[in-house]
Amino acid sequence: MAMYNGRSIVTGLVLFFALLTFPFWYGLGAAPAPEPDLNTPAIQKLVEKKCVENREFMRANHMELLKEWRNAVVRTGNRVYIAGDGKKYEMSLQNTCLDCHANIPPKQVKTTSNQLSQVQFCNSCHSYVGVKPDCWTCHIQPKEGR
Amino acid sequence: MQRRSFIKIGGFCALGLGALPVARVFAGSNQTKYAANPEALPGKQWAMVVDMQKCWEEGEPDCTDCILACHQTHNVPDIGSVKEEIKWVWTEPFENTFPEQKHAYLAESVKGKPVLVFCNHCANPSCVRVCPTKATYKRSDGIIMMDYHRCIGCRYCMAACPFGARSFNFRDPRPFIKEVNGAFPTREKGVVEKCNLCEERLAAGLVPACVEACKHNALVFGDLDDPESAVRKVLRARYTIQRKPDLGTKPKIYYIVS
Amino acid sequence: MLAKALRGSKGYGQWVALLVALFGIGFMYYLAQLQQGLTVTGMSRDVSWGLYIAQFTFLVGVAASAVMVVLPYYLHNVKSFGRITIFGEFLAVAAVTMCLLFIIVDLGKPTRLFNVLLYPTPNSILFWDMVVLNGYLLLNILIGWNVLEAERKGVVPPKWVKTLIYVSIPWAVSIHTVTAFLYAGLPGKHLWMTAILAARFLASAFAAGPALLIILCLVMKRISKFDAGEEAIGKLASIVTYAMAVSVFFVGLELFTAFYSQVPGHMYSLQYLFVGLYGQGNLVPFMWTFTLLAIIALVLLLNPKTRTNERTLTIACVAVFVSLWIEKGLGLVIAGFVPNAFKKVVEYVPTLPEVLITLGIWAIGGLILTVLYKIAVSVKEETAR
Repeated sequence: MAMYNGRSIVTGLVLFFALLTFPFWYGLGAAPAPEPDLNTPAIQKLVEKKCVENREFMRANHMELLKEWRNAVVRTGNRVYIAGDGKKYEMSLQNTCLDCHANIPPKQVKTTSNQLSQVQFCNSCHSYVGVKPDCWTCHIQPKEGR
Repeated sequence: MQRRSFIKIGGFCALGLGALPVARVFAGSNQTKYAANPEALPGKQWAMVVDMQKCWEEGEPDCTDCILACHQTHNVPDIGSVKEEIKWVWTEPFENTFPEQKHAYLAESVKGKPVLVFCNHCANPSCVRVCPTKATYKRSDGIIMMDYHRCIGCRYCMAACPFGARSFNFRDPRPFIKEVNGAFPTREKGVVEKCNLCEERLAAGLVPACVEACKHNALVFGDLDDPESAVRKVLRARYTIQRKPDLGTKPKIYYIVS
Repeated sequence: MLAKALRGSKGYGQWVALLVALFGIGFMYYLAQLQQGLTVTGMSRDVSWGLYIAQFTFLVGVAASAVMVVLPYYLHNVKSFGRITIFGEFLAVAAVTMCLLFIIVDLGKPTRLFNVLLYPTPNSILFWDMVVLNGYLLLNILIGWNVLEAERKGVVPPKWVKTLIYVSIPWAVSIHTVTAFLYAGLPGKHLWMTAILAARFLASAFAAGPALLIILCLVMKRISKFDAGEEAIGKLASIVTYAMAVSVFFVGLELFTAFYSQVPGHMYSLQYLFVGLYGQGNLVPFMWTFTLLAIIALVLLLNPKTRTNERTLTIACVAVFVSLWIEKGLGLVIAGFVPNAFKKVVEYVPTLPEVLITLGIWAIGGLILTVLYKIAVSVKEETAR
């Protein structure tokens, strides 16, 4: 089988493949996965250091959980979450999640900036994996302004 | 493998993937994971009576307590231009609020007087009818609610609302909020917003912020479905009017003007 | 077949370059709009739709170019249209694409566009408009491309194409009807809430679409070897004449209903359009331009001598197109918001970024049209040999 323009086709394919896999080899040897900082006053005060569900569940499913909370609160008006262990929580990103997970001084989170609320707990992982949550264009850190 | 059978299998796979979310919904655990706040105020059809007579007679001329309370509670920005103004509750002259009541010999008691206006939380809302994503919808307690996560900013609801109750975020509102209420979110550039009848306060067992803020109790809030509620009592006793009732949207805000 | 669009005369290259440049400028300004929000436009809390939605509304009408050649050809065997159905369909493709783009640039949150599909809402007319417009676009792409492909190969188009063609005829009616319903069902918007709005949209569509098609055919006759033929142009001109007359008649009906009844709500917007309201009337000069152009168009079209003369026919078609752009675009959309819910007049003036983004989308439409027409003309020139 004859191949026309073989050279340019092969070069093109190689280039294409290199570009396609760029993120993988670019990330080789990069920084290790960050450990999100749990050292906040609210968490320190907890007797049992546990989120609304256990750590493994939260790691894997926090996004789904947040979406479910959002829909439950906004669309059905249910605001109380009954956790697996029977404990009840108010479903609120600003008033429940961030009560514990806000751990940078409020001054740094000037609400006037669009990028605001670099909530360190969320951001440490999210910037590592390059996933930008779009929560903070509306939701704000609770401490300031309260 | 035959091309035909490959396409067939591929098609079925795609179909299966498409059905996956549906299956998930049905397979999902239906245990009661969510509940309403036990303190939440129960209501089937919230409504408000705005006693403007009381406001005009007893209130201080420049009083804006209700407006301030609402706008502070809900992080409503002060954009500072008429063009891009965002407001949940404000006043309009009597003649502009009730254009069909306007005539040359209006009583001095109403002539040019400011009337409090906000979302009418219509029982037959045209904004809900036109929204292409159900971002604005009617709750079972009659509140016309907005899901700011879902709004695409087409502004069809603004065209459909005959009461001018809706504002659009032409730009990022954050820099225009002087005092941020950390307990409530802001909105973002590109979505429509309006009065939510303080559903977040009702859920916590509180009456709307504007009602609470009024020193003269000119705002009466309650459940239309309950014959003994405060609104029903006022409606029985006083003559009330509504904005543009002829349009059939069935507004749930009533006004006392004389 | 696409390759035919890549080769052309120097003039062709320059024209394409101009359109690409205009698109580029518009795109830059769109990026700014994405960054800053719709604050870069002249739209306001009171006039919440402006130039973009006006273009969208008018261009839905232009898409009628397809049905006005397809219907006579396939249902009434008007043979002379056989040569130009493809151009009607390709014009519809360009017009509908522009419609969709104008909706997208008007969105506050374009990244959430697909929420319309994720949360389908049949009670919203916008949902149905999305369905019919995309359907019409797809139909015309499929039909146009396959008919042209068949013509190039000198064979009859496959049978399913014929079925699609028959489907496309009522479908064309649906795009104007549904677009009119976007407006006609809103309480409190008296200018829009008229039962004949869909009929008005159909009438002006059947005038504006074929008028542009006539202009394009005459241009092609000049710059290429393709001639639509006197008979086809003549028949199209008759269609434009009837449709324009009906369209103007319908505007007259609105004026009668409002001003004879003297119901203020029905008069306000029309007063704002033609004489101004409370001393404000940005659209007044536009509406009188519409009136003047509509009269010129009708005089030229109704007179057989000027209708059959290419030069005067071109003037008439340009007058039809521009007048309807004012009436069904700017006038209808903007004046619908005037006066506002509080009987106050808030005026709207588009900003430069808004105008340039609009021009950019017209340039994309022009590009699509140019490329598709180039291919079609090349095929026609080839098969004529």
